[in-house]
Amino acid sequence: MNLKFSNKRITGILTVVPENEIKFEDEIDNYNFSRGQSMKLKLIMGYNKRRVVKDGTTVSDLCIYGMNYLFKKNLLNKEDIDALILVTQSPDYFMPPTSHVIQGKLDLKEDMVCMDINQGCSGYVIGLNQAFLLLEQEEINKVVLLNAEILSQKVSKRDRNNNPQIGDGSAITIVEKDPSSKPIYGSVKVDGKGADVLIIPAGGFKMPSSPETAILNEDKSGNFRALDHLAMKGDDVFNFVQREIPPMIEHLLDKANSNKEEVDYFMFHQPNKFMLKKLADKMEVPYEKMPNNIVENFGNSSGVTIPAVISYNLGQRLLKESFLVCMAGYGVGLNWASLLLHMEKLTFCEILEYK
Amino acid sequence: MEDKIIRFLTEIRPEFDFTNSSDFIENGMLDSFDIVQLVVSLDNEFGISIDGVDILPGNFSNVQNIVELLIKNGVTK
Repeated sequence: MNLKFSNKRITGILTVVPENEIKFEDEIDNYNFSRGQSMKLKLIMGYNKRRVVKDGTTVSDLCIYGMNYLFKKNLLNKEDIDALILVTQSPDYFMPPTSHVIQGKLDLKEDMVCMDINQGCSGYVIGLNQAFLLLEQEEINKVVLLNAEILSQKVSKRDRNNNPQIGDGSAITIVEKDPSSKPIYGSVKVDGKGADVLIIPAGGFKMPSSPETAILNEDKSGNFRALDHLAMKGDDVFNFVQREIPPMIEHLLDKANSNKEEVDYFMFHQPNKFMLKKLADKMEVPYEKMPNNIVENFGNSSGVTIPAVISYNLGQRLLKESFLVCMAGYGVGLNWASLLLHMEKLTFCEILEYK
Repeated sequence: MEDKIIRFLTEIRPEFDFTNSSDFIENGMLDSFDIVQLVVSLDNEFGISIDGVDILPGNFSNVQNIVELLIKNGVTK
């Protein structure tokens, strides 16, 4: 589905990463593979170091910490927030919505829209789409989009296919009305037939967690995980991304009467180094236009990786310069979504360490 | 080309004899991460980038399929 938005823009991005850093080598002995084999994969996949929360830290903690930082620095006023969106797959509770917990703890005004969205790797683009839609309302002038995940808590420590790449974090993006901004083009697609490709089988109402769902089982490749853990059919996810994203971006650029050469940066979701490199090759996009350094520095934090890659690679430049940016998120659902937008003169764009 | 493929396969999984199997996947000799390693080795050796949509287990199930994949991606025999 094609989308188009006018008179809106991103005015600030803050990415929050936990201070707790784990190195790939620290966990290498957890895996049922030779050290040499794992070290080869480290290089190819970009496994290096990742940020994960300590036990007890929740997505609301990460979001509240970042929001309080913005309030304290006078980069955001509580009274100006007309809508709060939280995109996460690791909420504090099944009920109430975690966005409401955050709204309450931050003592935000009652006269606002507040919602959770259950989305993963495409969650940044989906969240921005929702923010743009809300800004169509006369009384909504400023939306705070929160993306946050602590999925490291749901990955088996003995699963070499998933554990080394998973990171935690949150991102706060401010989206506002701006009559002078250029049009934003978007595209979104979904294929629920692939719902089992990326899944945590147990823990919901379909299969409640139990002692049985916590039992580790060995897969064909020698990884150990339980039904309570995140499971991914890596081949299927990889192929889906390589098959669907390039034509989606071609279509998006056509709709916007633009082309790859005009795009300054392709800020894509960061699943692992190999997948993104192959995507750049297939799209014939130079590597320098598609930064690919979040997994190796922070880990794959699902919907947080796009704001993370923007904050990490453009940061201060976005306070002064203007870039045409193409974003794409893809993964669980299956869901894939993209945006083409001008980013310029942000009030803030940085990475904050949660302590 | 076949010799190089066998050499790369043996480097990745030295415990198996790749000259004596008709289906590396079915016989449990290669998993998806082994395939990723093989793709990187082949890309570097032949100066290509194997198309991401072709990175499917079936294309790596035996030496002949890998040869055909390389030819499809621009390697000349």
